[in-house]
Amino acid sequence: MESKPRFLSVLDSITGILFVIATYMVFFYAPVEAVMGKVQKVFYFHVAAAWVGMLGFMVAAIVGGIYLFKNDRKWDIVGLAAVEISLVFFFIAIVAGSIWARPIWNTWWTWDPRLTTASIVELIYAAYLMLRQGIEDPDRRARFGAVYALLGFLSVPMTFISIRLLRTIHPTVVGGGDPGAEGSFSMTTPMKQTFFFSLFTFSVLFADLLWHRVRMGKLAAKIEHLRLRAL
Amino acid sequence: MKTRSFMTSMRDFLRALWAIVWKDLSAEWRSRELFTAMLVFSLLVIVIFNFALELDVRARSAVTSGVLWVTFAFAGTLGLNRSMATEKDRGCLDGLLLAPVDRSAIYFGKAIANLVFMFVVEAVVLPVYSVLYNTNLFKPGLILVIFLGSVGYVAVGTLLSTMAVHSRTRDILLPILLFPLAIPVLIAAVKASSGFLAGLEIAEVMTWLNLLIVYDLIFMAIAFMFFDFVVEE
Repeated sequence: MESKPRFLSVLDSITGILFVIATYMVFFYAPVEAVMGKVQKVFYFHVAAAWVGMLGFMVAAIVGGIYLFKNDRKWDIVGLAAVEISLVFFFIAIVAGSIWARPIWNTWWTWDPRLTTASIVELIYAAYLMLRQGIEDPDRRARFGAVYALLGFLSVPMTFISIRLLRTIHPTVVGGGDPGAEGSFSMTTPMKQTFFFSLFTFSVLFADLLWHRVRMGKLAAKIEHLRLRAL
Repeated sequence: MKTRSFMTSMRDFLRALWAIVWKDLSAEWRSRELFTAMLVFSLLVIVIFNFALELDVRARSAVTSGVLWVTFAFAGTLGLNRSMATEKDRGCLDGLLLAPVDRSAIYFGKAIANLVFMFVVEAVVLPVYSVLYNTNLFKPGLILVIFLGSVGYVAVGTLLSTMAVHSRTRDILLPILLFPLAIPVLIAAVKASSGFLAGLEIAEVMTWLNLLIVYDLIFMAIAFMFFDFVVEE
C-alpha cells in the first residue's frame, strides 16, 4: 500500500481551514434572520449536509453503472465509500432539520414530502449496507451493490413525486416555490454568500472523506484477498 | 427475411417464457405450499387488523384500502421469497441459467408466475374481506388498481428476491430491500383504491393511476435490464 499522498494531506488541511471559515461566517458574518432569529443559522449546515447526502448517493449510482459495464472492483469501493459517507451526512441533515423545525413548525417531525423522502432514502441505503453484509462472494457483492444503488437512486424521484402530491409545508429557499410555506424566508447577500460557502465547504469535505474511505476500502479489499488466498 | 428471423426469435422467447411459467404453476399445483401459506397469512393479517384497528363501520371506510394493501404487500413478500428460495435450494436456478434461452425470459417467467400467485390470493382475499366486513369491494376501478399495483410490486420484487436469495440473511432481507423501493406503488395504490371505494370520479383518481402505470413501466424496464447482472456467475 502506498503511503498517504501529499495532496491528500494538503486537502485535509484545506478542508479544516474552510470549515473554520464557514463556521465563522455562519455565526458572525451572516445576519440574524428577522423572524426566526438565531435558530435559522442551522439552515446553512442543514442544507449543506443534505446536499452532500444527495451528492454521495448520486456518485454511488453513477459508479454503480460504471462498475456494471467495466467490471473493475475499484468502482465498487468508491460506491460503498460514497454511500457510507452520505448515510452519515443525510442523518446529520435530518437531525439538524429537526432542530430547526421544533421552534419554527412547533414539531420535531412532520410527514412532509421532503422529510419523508429523506427518511426513506436513509432506509434504502441502510438496506444497501445490509445487502452487502450478507453476501460473501466479493464480485457478487459488488454487482448487487451496484444494481441496488441504481435502483434506489432511480426510485427516489418517484417516491418524492408520490408524496409531493399531498400538501407540503417545507420551504423551498433556492429556486422560488410557494412563498406561503411556513418558515420560508428570502436571503440577503451575506446570507447567500454564507450559504454557498457552506455548500462548497461541505463538498470539499465530502471529497476529502471519500478519498480517505476509498483508500481504506482498497486496504480492506487487499486484506480480504490475502485471507482468501491463505484459506 | 429480417422480420422472419425476428418472428422466430420472438416465438422462441415466448415459448421459453411459457415453459417457465408453466413449470412454476404446475409445481405449485402439486404442492400448494406457497399458495396455502400466502392465503392463510393474509387471512390472519385481516383478522389481526380487525382487533388492532377496531374496524367498526366508520373506521372501516377510511382504512379499508390501507388494510388491503398492507395484506397484499406482506403476502407478496412471502410468495416472492419462497418462489426464488426453492429455485436456489434445489439448484434449479443454475439449471435455468444453463438453458439456452434469453435471460429476460427467465425474469419475465418468474415474474408472471409470482404475479399469478398474488392474483389468486387477492381473488380470495377480496370476497372474504367483503363478507367479513360487509363492504362491497367488487368495483371495476378497484380491480384495475389491484392489477396495476401488483404488477409494479412483483416487477421489483422478483428482481430483488433474486438478489436476496444469495444472501445469508435472505428471509429477512427481502422486505428490507423491497419496501423502501415499493413505497411509490403502495402510496399510489392505497390512494387510488380509497378513491374508488369512496366512489370518486375516475378523473379525480387519474393522477394516482398514471403514477402506477409510470412506475410499472419504468421498473419493469429497469428490472429487465438489470436481471442479467444479478444472475451472472
